[in-house]
Order: sequence, then C-alpha cells, then structure tokens
Amino acid sequence: MSVIPSGPRPKHLTIGRIGMYCFILVCAIFFLMPLYVMVITSLKDMDEIRAANILNLPKELSFYSWPKAWSQACTGFVCEGLKPGFFNSIKITVPSVIVSVGLSAINGYALAFWRFKGAYFFFGLCMFGAFIPYQVMVYPLLKIEDALGIYSTLPGIILVHTIFGMPILTLIFRNFYASLPIDLFKAARIDGGNFVKIFFYVIIPMSTPITIVAVILQVTGIWNDFLLGLVFAGRDNQPMTVQLNNIVQVDYGVAEYNVDMSATILTSLVPLFVYFISGRWFVRGIAAGAIKG
Amino acid sequence: MMKNNVEVKNISFSYGKTEILKDLSLDIREGEFMVLLGPSGCGKTTLLNCIAGLLDLTDGQIWIEDDNVTWKEPKDRHIGMVFQSYALYPSMTVEKNLSFGLRMMNTPKNIINKKIKKASNLLQINELLKRKPSQLSGGQRQRVAIGRALVRDAKVFLFDEPLSNLDAKLRAELRYEIKKLHRDLSNTMIYVTHDQIEAMTLADRISVMKDGLIQQLDTPKQIYNKPANLFVAGFIGSPSMNFLNAKFDKTNQNLIVGKQHINIANYENINNLIDGQEVVFGIRPENIKIDKNENTIQCNVELVEPMGADTLVWTSIEGTPISIRLEGSSNYNLNDEINISFDINKSSIFDNKSEERI
Repeated sequence: MSVIPSGPRPKHLTIGRIGMYCFILVCAIFFLMPLYVMVITSLKDMDEIRAANILNLPKELSFYSWPKAWSQACTGFVCEGLKPGFFNSIKITVPSVIVSVGLSAINGYALAFWRFKGAYFFFGLCMFGAFIPYQVMVYPLLKIEDALGIYSTLPGIILVHTIFGMPILTLIFRNFYASLPIDLFKAARIDGGNFVKIFFYVIIPMSTPITIVAVILQVTGIWNDFLLGLVFAGRDNQPMTVQLNNIVQVDYGVAEYNVDMSATILTSLVPLFVYFISGRWFVRGIAAGAIKG
Repeated sequence: MMKNNVEVKNISFSYGKTEILKDLSLDIREGEFMVLLGPSGCGKTTLLNCIAGLLDLTDGQIWIEDDNVTWKEPKDRHIGMVFQSYALYPSMTVEKNLSFGLRMMNTPKNIINKKIKKASNLLQINELLKRKPSQLSGGQRQRVAIGRALVRDAKVFLFDEPLSNLDAKLRAELRYEIKKLHRDLSNTMIYVTHDQIEAMTLADRISVMKDGLIQQLDTPKQIYNKPANLFVAGFIGSPSMNFLNAKFDKTNQNLIVGKQHINIANYENINNLIDGQEVVFGIRPENIKIDKNENTIQCNVELVEPMGADTLVWTSIEGTPISIRLEGSSNYNLNDEINISFDINKSSIFDNKSEERI
C-alpha cells in the first residue's frame, strides 16, 4: 500500500509571488519604454515626429535616418556621420582593454600568490584608487600627458583608460586568485615554475571566467566613456560617444530627432551586444568569487 | 652510522609577531620515513613548508644532502611534495600533470614518456592518463599527486596530510601503498599527519610536536611504550592512556591514590622518585588485568564498549575513569565487581609539575 502525504500540496503561486511578478513587469516596462520610443522614433519621418504622438507606431516606415546617422550626419563642421567615431572607439577600446586586463591579471596574480613585501600596502592603494572619482585626476593627468607629448593622441587616451581601469580590475583578479587553492601554486613552485611560467601554464588556463568579466567591464566602460574621450583623445580620435553628442547638440538648423535616435541606438549597440552574448559568463564569473570581499 | 639526508638547524619561523617554530632542530637520515605528528596548530605543516622552501625562515638553516638550501627556490631543492588537497592542475590531463615539472626543466620527450610510464605502472594509473583531474575520484587524484612527485626523481618526498581528505577504507589502502612505495624506493620521506595510526604504521621515527617544539623524537615503539612526557602519553594511543594523580611513598614503594595503594617496586626508574613526590601515574588500557591477586584494586564495571576485536571496560578509581582493554570474547556486565591490577613494567610515571617522564 502506498503512503500519501496528508493535507493539500503547498501552493506555489502565493500572493507574495504574484506581487513580485507585478513588480518585475512594471520595472521591465519602465526600462523598456525609452528603448521603444527610440526605436519607433528612428523609424518615423520628420513630419510624423512633429505630429508629437510620441508613443504611436509609425504610419509609414522610413529607414532613411539610419544610414544618415551612420555616414552623413553633421558632427560640428564635418558631415560624415558616426562612422569615423565608431572606428575611433574601436581603436581606443581594443588596445585599452587588452593592456589593462593583461596588466591587472599579472598584478592580481602577484598580489594573491607572491605576497611580496608591501603587498598589503599596494592592495590598499588599489582599493583607494578604485574609489577616487576620476574627475579629480583629469587636470593633473592632462598636464602629465602634455609634458610627455602624448596629449590629444591615440596612445594618450589608451594610457588614460588603462590607468583608470587598473585598480578595480586588479582587485577583481586578486580576489579571484585568492579564492584558488594556494596548494596549486605551491605545487607549481616545487615543479619548477617561476613567476612567469606559473602565470602562463597554471594560472591563465584557470582564469577564463574572471577574464571574461574583466573584458566585459572594460569594453562597456571604455566604449561608454565620454569625459575622458572628450578631454584626452584629441580632435582626430574622438570616440563615438563624443561624436554622438556633437550630432545631437545642434546649434543651427533643424533637430532631426529620428537621426538622433538612430545614432544613439547605433552607439549603444556594442555594449548591448557584449551583454547579450556574455551574460552567462558574467554571472558565472561573479559566482566564481570574483566580486566578493 | 647513517648519513643525514635532511638537516634542520635551529630554525625559527614567525607570522608577524606569532612565533610558530622556535629554535627547532631535526636530523632526518638517508632513506628514513620521518613522521611529524601533532595536533592542529602545532607547526608541523609550517615545518614541512619551510623544508620545501615555500616559506622563508626567520632564522636558522636547512640542509638537504650536504647542501645549504636555506635560500634556494623550492624547485632547486630536489624535493617532491604531495598535498592534502591534491593540488592537481585542473586544466591539464593526468599525463600533463605528471610531466609538468619535467617539461619546466626542458627534459627530452622520450625521457619524460619513460618516467611517466614507470610512475603510472607503479601507481596503477595507466588508464587515467588522458583524463582531467575533475574526472577522477579522491583516491585516484591522490595517486596522481604522488605520481607527480615520483617522476621528478626527488631526493626527498614531502607529504602534507595526504590521506586526510579520503574515506577510512581508501585511507587504509593508500597508507599501505605509501609504505610499500617507501620499501621499494627507499627514498627519504617526511610525512605530516595528525592521525596517530598513520604515524605508527608508516614511520621509522616519529617526531611528536606541540606549540612549535618537538616533544619527542623516537621510533613508534619507544614513543608508544616510553612517552617522554604527559602530552605525548596522552596524544598517542587510542583509547588513550589512563592517568591517576598520586603521591609516592618511599618506605613501602607505593603510589597512594586516595585510599588505594599501588605497589611500583618493579618500575624501572623507581630510584629517581623522591618520598612524597606528587606524580601522575599513566597506564595503557591493555596493561591493566582483571584477576584476584592480593595487590588488586576492587571496583565496579560502569560501561562496556565492545569493539569487535577488543572490548573496552570502563570503571573508576577514586572518581577517575579508567578504561581496560580486554579480549573481544570477554564477557562483563554493568555493575559487575572486578579486581584489577597494573603491569607496572609497562606503566609510565610523570612528575606532576614538569610533566616529564621519570
């Protein structure tokens, strides 16, 4: 004879749960609304936009704002659209991410495993550096770069992004490495590894999740940066965000809202893309002990 | 006289202000199996890490094979080490794990293959070579870790509680294999453990440690039968030694425990005892007999623990619990009246103050 549990099965759908779903729904609508407005506005022509029915779907689809934003819109006196900015942003982001993530991984590894004299002081310094608002350092850094002769150049802006990224990235890497068993490192030392060999043969192969987290943070951070790009990049290397601003902030002529919207969406595509393809890794990296402590 | 293989000379080690090892010296002979035994926090693992070169000494020297290695890198000390957590490189296959050390030294490929073959035959891990550590069981992982130390042709093997993460059955199995390995290779091995069974079964000599100091360094037999002090006596042996606080009466050569008198005329060092000296009388459970001589103490059975091969009978003398180890077939019941006597030859007497053996 089988035994059945007594009493009714506990309900999975409680009032609290319904309330939570409602809250999540409201949040989703709240955050998706601007995106909805941006997308439909970019697909309207100017006449329809002037009709001011901001939430209505376009009566007639018009795609002309997209190519215009990409290659014809005027940023100041030049009318080449966002395209040069996009490539500038890539030229800034790719080397900055590679250099800052690489150096931070080495820093974190040294801090977590080699415990050199003054390691704790250096660690404290990183913590401090990670929390200083960087506006404070913009002017001194500008003077330094000017003296070095790299102000308003591509290497100049790459250096700035590398410097500002390193404290927080070093912390993230150090905390990840500190969570790895120290015996592994000891075994590698006995097996004949030195600083460099252990890093390349033992540590890097275990660093995939945390490296992905670091790359995501840096790519989105640098791509979205406006202030540093404006100050340090120089006229020839203006990133996409700065050019977007120049398109939107027109001082003369007509404000073409559909072009503005297209340009804004284009600018945010890269970070969006990064989040979509790497969300799984991001969660995994954080779960692996990345941001704790 | 055998040559010393590893010499630890007056080393000290501190973490900040906490002194973990204090002026410790230890000589380990060629081919010897030395076990460092002690409770957690006694400094045994720290000592092993110092010998391996993974921690920098505060003071003193370490010599391996007539070579002062005090400031040498771990890789230049010709050692192999096995860790409690196995410490296998998770991203490499078993084969790569085994060969890592050799590859780091740019050993030719055919020699690497030969050594891996030899080690994997010895440890029966041939079928595992292509697997990743995550696909192995605990026992298999520890075999691979031992293999990794083997292929390096180390002069000294260091084991840091290698069996502590394994279940009881596997532990006994691997213990046997480590012993066999030592018999076949006759390398010097230094083995850290808190498990006294491992220590007793494996060691040529045991060094019992407490608070960063070596309490006694001797063969397992000596340590078991003639513990140097109260700590060693209590730490070694399970069930542990019985202790009775007593006073020496020189004229009758008796120890007085409350109303009871124990004649110790047969004790080897009785001449070192002073009349009226406060002592601790220590006797192992298996050295107590139940019989009806005139020199017996009468007491009652308070608890019986049958353990299969043995039966442990608990009673008490003047309020102090006493355990008696009897044959498994012996049959006693609660509240039975028994007469017990002690095998004084095999007892230990410690000074109450210094806690040293007399």
